Amino acid sequence: MCECCNGKKDIYLPELCTITKRRMLNGTELYMHLEKEDGGDFDYIPGQFVEVSIAGIGEAPISISSSPTQKGMELVIRNVGALTKVIHKLEVGDKIGIRGPYGSTYPIEAAKGKDLVFICGGIGLVPQRSFIRYALDHRADYGDITVLIGTKCHDMRLFREEIALWEERKDMTVMETIDEGHDCWNGNVGVVTTLIPKVESHLPNSQILVCGPPIMYKFVLMALAEAKVPEENIFVNLERRMKCGVGKCGHCQINELYVCQDGPVFRYSDLASVPEAI
Amino acid sequence: MSVSTVTKDQFKSFVAALVDSDQKVVGVQAKDDKFAFGELTDADNLRLDYDVTILPPKKYMLPQKETLMSFKVGGAAQTVQPDEKMVLIGVHPYDMVAINQMDTLFSQGQYDTHYMNRRNNITIIACDVVTPSENVFASSMNTATCDSGFDILLTDIGDTFVVEAATEKGEALVKTINGAKNADAADTDKRKAVQDKNVASLNKHQLECKPSDLPDLLEKSYDHPVWEEKAEMCYSCGSCNQVCPTCYCFDVQDEVNWDLKTGSRCRSWDGCLLANFATVAGNHNFREKRADRFRHRLYRKGKYVPGKIGGQIACVGCGRCISACTTKIANPVEIYNTLMEKN
Repeated sequence: MCECCNGKKDIYLPELCTITKRRMLNGTELYMHLEKEDGGDFDYIPGQFVEVSIAGIGEAPISISSSPTQKGMELVIRNVGALTKVIHKLEVGDKIGIRGPYGSTYPIEAAKGKDLVFICGGIGLVPQRSFIRYALDHRADYGDITVLIGTKCHDMRLFREEIALWEERKDMTVMETIDEGHDCWNGNVGVVTTLIPKVESHLPNSQILVCGPPIMYKFVLMALAEAKVPEENIFVNLERRMKCGVGKCGHCQINELYVCQDGPVFRYSDLASVPEAI
Repeated sequence: MSVSTVTKDQFKSFVAALVDSDQKVVGVQAKDDKFAFGELTDADNLRLDYDVTILPPKKYMLPQKETLMSFKVGGAAQTVQPDEKMVLIGVHPYDMVAINQMDTLFSQGQYDTHYMNRRNNITIIACDVVTPSENVFASSMNTATCDSGFDILLTDIGDTFVVEAATEKGEALVKTINGAKNADAADTDKRKAVQDKNVASLNKHQLECKPSDLPDLLEKSYDHPVWEEKAEMCYSCGSCNQVCPTCYCFDVQDEVNWDLKTGSRCRSWDGCLLANFATVAGNHNFREKRADRFRHRLYRKGKYVPGKIGGQIACVGCGRCISACTTKIANPVEIYNTLMEKN
């Protein structure tokens, strides 16, 4: 902040945070827990994302995976580009730049008292986990909680211990499937849409939260339409190139919507006249 | 605020004094057979009779490349804020309208200090058009004249300029013009005649509807064949983006210095016509087809950006994209008129 900015903050300046825990969830996904240097809380709502930065490499939008009911903030970062490759080399104690949080949120208030069905494909589980944990931490506020998880292959499954704990809970239903069968896997085989018929009776009166790779939405939404789920009960969490995070740079636009501001979580009925969305 | 007249010689002396001062002065100058905004080192080089500049003056608020912050590699960053003051001479009304739109876009919601600092440090001396360019259609877009954003507006009425000071900054500058006289009714009548003429004649392409009709027109034209037809000839070169006074999409890249220890985060112009504009990590391109990118530009101008700035159309009729496009497919008027035919 300086005099020339009329006391206004530079919206592009990241704040350094400390990596307090890290571990690989599978061959490509790194989990990290961050804390602010001043020990303060991160102020966010499930569904939002942050811009993660390493000075000298760049920035990328990353979903928040933790719930604000937890201390610190958790991110899961796939090793997929120049920036994330460097992030994967960071150790506990290293610093990382954070801007945000940005974007819309899951309907944590509007969904109170209602049943929740999470449909997660691959790393789509990462942002969904934020709301799942939030709902579990406010268990009495929500109805039934059902989590459907689809992963490409056994080796890529995320949060395995945590999912095992969810499976033991009596107050939620978890179903998992993998696209390709595996010797160590006795569970469902097939894409995540194959789980939908198993919970079909549940769907029309639930809030459905969907997050996964681009290809998944089409099939999940078709299955939900068949199950007569009203479009206003469906929330999709969309990915685009949210470069600036503040609605200026134009990269994340889907038609007139800016994913970094109007999204990433959209009520599906609001996307009816947005052909680029799905 | 005041309206005065100054002779062209008096104005030139004023510009010469500005150039001699320690203030940076930017003005329109000839560049081969075209015109461009550039730093003015000699008042004689200022060409207020120009038709259109190659690039719009937005490059002084949103430079082609600017440093947002400096950093230690892997460490903390410090914001770099521009503080250079500048007088910008010769902004045409259509470009002024574009700057006003950008001011809104960069200040609304999250306030962009980098853009706004540059903008606030610029004193704008606008001027009414003397020579229409080959592709201007400002009349169609209601941007042949402008009534705000500038500090001073000049109108060439022959041997003299009518000089309107619109802000305190402008008023203070006008006071430094030796020989300025209060404009009389005859002068302001002449000014009105120039402006009326521009309102009617800056129109090499005639939009067949009101600009305010464009959002509704586009609303029903999403699947129109014109997008595919035009885009077949599109090189995805982004020239239309680069010359546009209302295009403001940008990219941000980190640059590391030779010491490999320090560097800067820089912002540079980007363009939605470029093939990888919407590509995310993992190489998924959300707007892979040329026709989709081509349509996106026209929708931004006529529908999407207007939705953010109170319905103002984000095409100001400068005609630069028409001239810059190698394959002559970028003319917004031609496209909007085609949409009207078949709707």
